[in-house]
Amino acid sequence: MATVEVPQEKKAESTIPAPTQSTPKTITLRISRFNPSENAETKFEEFKIPVQKWTTVLEAILYVKQNLDHSIAVRYSCRQASCGSCGMKINGKPRLACYTKISELESNVVTVEPMNNFPIIRDLAVDFKQLFSTHKKMKPFIVNEESEVLPGTKEFVQTPQDLEKFLQFSYCIKCGLCNSACPTMATDKSFVGPQGLAQAYRYTVDNRDQGKKERLKIVDQSHGIWRCHFAGSCSNVCPKGVDPAMAIQLLRGYLLGFRT
Amino acid sequence: MTEQFSNREGIKGMINPTRYGLHRVAYWMQRLSGLGLLAYLIGHIYETSTILNGKAAWNNMLSLTETPGGHMVLVLVIGMCVFHTGNGIRLMISEGGKGVGKPGQPEYPYRASSLNSKQRLCIWVSIALAALAMMYGAGVLFGD
Ligand code: HEM
Ligand code: SF4
Ligand code: FES
Repeated sequence: MATVEVPQEKKAESTIPAPTQSTPKTITLRISRFNPSENAETKFEEFKIPVQKWTTVLEAILYVKQNLDHSIAVRYSCRQASCGSCGMKINGKPRLACYTKISELESNVVTVEPMNNFPIIRDLAVDFKQLFSTHKKMKPFIVNEESEVLPGTKEFVQTPQDLEKFLQFSYCIKCGLCNSACPTMATDKSFVGPQGLAQAYRYTVDNRDQGKKERLKIVDQSHGIWRCHFAGSCSNVCPKGVDPAMAIQLLRGYLLGFRT
Repeated sequence: MTEQFSNREGIKGMINPTRYGLHRVAYWMQRLSGLGLLAYLIGHIYETSTILNGKAAWNNMLSLTETPGGHMVLVLVIGMCVFHTGNGIRLMISEGGKGVGKPGQPEYPYRASSLNSKQRLCIWVSIALAALAMMYGAGVLFGD
């Protein structure tokens, strides 16, 4: 049997330069605490923590959970801006905690709060029921009588140009940042919201889809698409480049008869 | 569910123009100027209706408005009118799906194409035209 030699560390002789060190810095992380089963008051707790220039807000919160207070409620999963779990208000603006570096905030005090316009479950964790049910109402799937795969059926052919029409809208990770930034969402609890409207457009413009009529009917109601005033805040905060404001205005084009 | 649990931002968040860039500022100014113009229109109808009560009543009303304060209000109305019209035309075109960019592959750092430079230019031009009109109006009203 071949023996595997474990290389010994040769500290003195090494010609490889040591990895660049970033001097850790201490910042204050202020975390909004709210536990409806205890009392209905929101209060802030402050933690002094060390951060490097690459430390993300999520890592900072997890540092507090591991070392200082394990009771903080926070939702996360992928840590790479893919699952859409970690949306929260960071220094006043909705952002993904895993996608926001402390260093880019340029402040020694970082305040994290639950996203607005979503009910708070506890601390930083909010309730997505409304977003998910609205998303479902938009029929987020291809509506097509001939989509059944039978012997003899072929796949739908799409050109790269066909794909480009909806591709960016399909990058939505349902993080809810757009709904949290939207000024209509701030006051209208029945508004469909930018996330849902962008998804209605994503499927409507897909040339494999035949559900346009149904979806237009769903968004053309009193708390629907007409409540958008193109304040652009959804697109300002979207971490995936979905640009819901664009999707909404393009969707309106159908309803106003500028396109078919 | 109570409002606190629902954590809705409310009117205070809706009118805060500081966080989400120029489009949000334009949104806020369009609302404010729309409501300002509506208030002015109502006041204006009331003001001009005094002519029904004869020349004396009309002159009486005019003397109330032809004051430095009254002129300031008019200068503001000119500004609101010009901005609201300019930005309103941008909104009508954009909200019909024109000039909001073309969908495509998003590239990091994901600048939204609906918030493109032509859009921003239109907002700035509306602001600049409103400022110019206000200066001209002030010149006429306060000049001799
Ligand atoms: C040529 C002149 C005008 C144009 C092009 C114009 C255009 C617009 C547009 C496009 C909107 C909707 C913006 C949005 O989607 O949020 C709007 C809103 C509004 N306008 Fe005008 N408008 C004009 C004159 C006026 C006048 C004279 C008044 C008042 C008497 C007025 C009062 C309002 C009000 C109260 C709103 C609602 C504001 C809001 O809810 O955000 N507008 N205008
Ligand atoms: S559109 Fe963007 S901000 Fe809104 S839920 Fe989807 S990924 Fe998040
Ligand atoms: S943890 Fe998945 S998006 Fe941030």
